[in-house]
Amino acid sequence: MHKHLLSMDQLSAEDITKILDTASSLRQMTSRPIKKLPTLRGRTVCNLFYEASTRTRISFELAAKRLSADVINFAADSKSSVAKGESFKDTAWTLEAMGVDAIVVRHGSSGAPEQLSRWVQASVLNAGDGAHEHPTQALLDLYSIREHFKDLEGVKVAIVGDIVHSRVARSNVKGLVTMGADVTLVGPPTLVPQQATGWGAEVSYSLDDVISDVDVCYLLRVQKERQAEQLFPSLREYAAIWGLDSKRVAKMKPDALVMHPGPMNRGVEIAADVSELPRSIILDQVANGLAIRMSLLYLMLGGPEAVSA
Amino acid sequence: MTGYLIAGGRVVDPSSGQDATADVLIVDGKVAEIGSISDAADAQVIDAKGLIVSPGFVDMHTHLREPGREDEETIASASAAAAAGGFTAVCAMPNTDPVADSASIVEKVWALGREVGLVQVVPAGALSKGQKGEKMADIGEMIQSPAKVRLFTDDGHGVQDSLFVRRTMEYLVAFDAIYAEHCEDAALAAGGQMHEGDRSMSLGLRGVPAAAEELMAARDIELARLTGCRLHLLHISTAGTVELVRKAKAEGLRVTAEATPHHFSITDSALENFDPNCKVNPPLRTDDDVRAVIEGLRDGTIDAIATDHAPHALEEKDQEFSYAPPGMVGLETALGLAITKLVEPGHLSIAEVVSRMSTQPAAILGLDQQGRLARGATANICVFDPAATWRVEPSSFRSLSRNTPFRGWELTGKVVHTFFEGRETSRDQVAELESA
Ligand SMILES: [Zn+2]
Repeated sequence: MHKHLLSMDQLSAEDITKILDTASSLRQMTSRPIKKLPTLRGRTVCNLFYEASTRTRISFELAAKRLSADVINFAADSKSSVAKGESFKDTAWTLEAMGVDAIVVRHGSSGAPEQLSRWVQASVLNAGDGAHEHPTQALLDLYSIREHFKDLEGVKVAIVGDIVHSRVARSNVKGLVTMGADVTLVGPPTLVPQQATGWGAEVSYSLDDVISDVDVCYLLRVQKERQAEQLFPSLREYAAIWGLDSKRVAKMKPDALVMHPGPMNRGVEIAADVSELPRSIILDQVANGLAIRMSLLYLMLGGPEAVSA
Repeated sequence: MTGYLIAGGRVVDPSSGQDATADVLIVDGKVAEIGSISDAADAQVIDAKGLIVSPGFVDMHTHLREPGREDEETIASASAAAAAGGFTAVCAMPNTDPVADSASIVEKVWALGREVGLVQVVPAGALSKGQKGEKMADIGEMIQSPAKVRLFTDDGHGVQDSLFVRRTMEYLVAFDAIYAEHCEDAALAAGGQMHEGDRSMSLGLRGVPAAAEELMAARDIELARLTGCRLHLLHISTAGTVELVRKAKAEGLRVTAEATPHHFSITDSALENFDPNCKVNPPLRTDDDVRAVIEGLRDGTIDAIATDHAPHALEEKDQEFSYAPPGMVGLETALGLAITKLVEPGHLSIAEVVSRMSTQPAAILGLDQQGRLARGATANICVFDPAATWRVEPSSFRSLSRNTPFRGWELTGKVVHTFFEGRETSRDQVAELESA
């Protein structure tokens, strides 16, 4: 397994399959009454979060604890600078001196995990960096889709919303394309980059054109601040043209899924009633996130290869 | 005074068209003789066989950081770095702290440069007070000061207010001074970290579109047409801007342009591992832009190679990519990149590189003691080995700063001796031994 997980670019189809398969066996194990495995006993995992994200941090924390690792949570200032507070590099060196084995990092600046990986000996896991990548989210999404369709090859996925500013979209497109899925990015041109065709995805400006054909409709959170940046006229208009409401759901294939990385803006990208339909697997995604993060920590820090490497 | 005899080198002086093997005798700070010289008894002989003897280089775009950030660079350290890079003149950008917007500051920079005495420090003046783009700086007073400022710019950012640009250009006409622009539309470039394109989109870094540069270049060219002012476009980086300059020149407008070594050497692909040393403004562009900049340098659309030498402290560059300031040092790698990226692939001749690095920038800045190698002229000379290869090792830079993306690069073309006003200001011992 790789020493760091910085980007989905690093992962081959075999790597991804191995991570998903390992997550699958770990899920079975953790459904037993005694949920803890001794694999990472004596190892220390640090959650270094420069952006508040309770759900991702808790998921990583729980994953590490289920594998018996010690966990440190380090919530840093959202804006680092030389003048105020400790620099990112100094923080990295401090953690290094404490002898942590892995650093799970969330940062608002794209590339921060890759920079960190050049400064420390510990394994670095990207828990979301700027608008760049969020590989563990993509892996848990791949896991969730595979659970339903058994194979990712040929599955038709529409990712709808703010692609330009979304690390979730970037990681998902890379992972889905690697696994042979057909990806279409949907939204207004201000939010869907022309360059996306170079990622191996299709681009559509109309959700109505694609909705009846997809196996998965993956909705991204639309931040209210995007309206202030004049990327679309109003949230109301966005919801009417690109939101998933029950009328559009009615056009979906019977077994097609609705997904969302959370937290949801109900009434904007997703209508409240839609999020509660059986085809919506949003809560499964959360549960699978735990298994994926255990799988990664296991493979990167504790698996037989990690030990022998 | 004992002089120097630079013996047996290939003398390349585009100002006179000379390109032939000759000896050059320096006496009392002047070029005493060029030709076959046998009688130079008390001169120190420098064996220049296999080397190029050219007028010293003139950098139109240098950030010396003094006053204000003497931890990053001083006039003394920048002068030493310039001498090591073969330069005998540098144009000091005014975005210091305080800003060079008055006669007293440009005079101080000029005087400090003279005191250091390694290169001619030519201060540029700010266009606006505090470089805020609102009130005109003391333009006439700076021109009439001993610093004799000739080039004015708010470099660091573009001037956004078109009426201010028009008025300033009109005013500069009285002195035949130069309006120089850092072309960047602030609204389009806001928050930009790199060139906008496939790579910025895939790295999740906010991009600066080529249009941010080209819009302002086009506006300034039209205002130069309207006012008759001389316009110089700093560090042009896109194919579109090169084309705008080409067209303006064809129309007979008094427009000149410069390009940096990094904009003809590397592209936005260098940012793929988020190295803050590759963050620069204007940003590294695409392969097509690099090709256009090289073609512009070849066909004369771009007059000058200028470094945009921009020292930054290690702790400022060693931050998250989006917090790191833009800029890279360039004085000590300029010739090597020009030979490696322009001459070796066959785009420009040695004489054309000398013209872009010396003759033409000297002519634009009106420096009559720079950019030429003639009998009786001040001995501002660079002697370089066009074939020597060397590895870029930032720890050996004379500059106080080390922010270069070219660390570890193998470059061809090495400065061996630099003479400023007849004094040897830099000598490369290694290259000298190898050529001996
Ligand atoms: Zn500039």
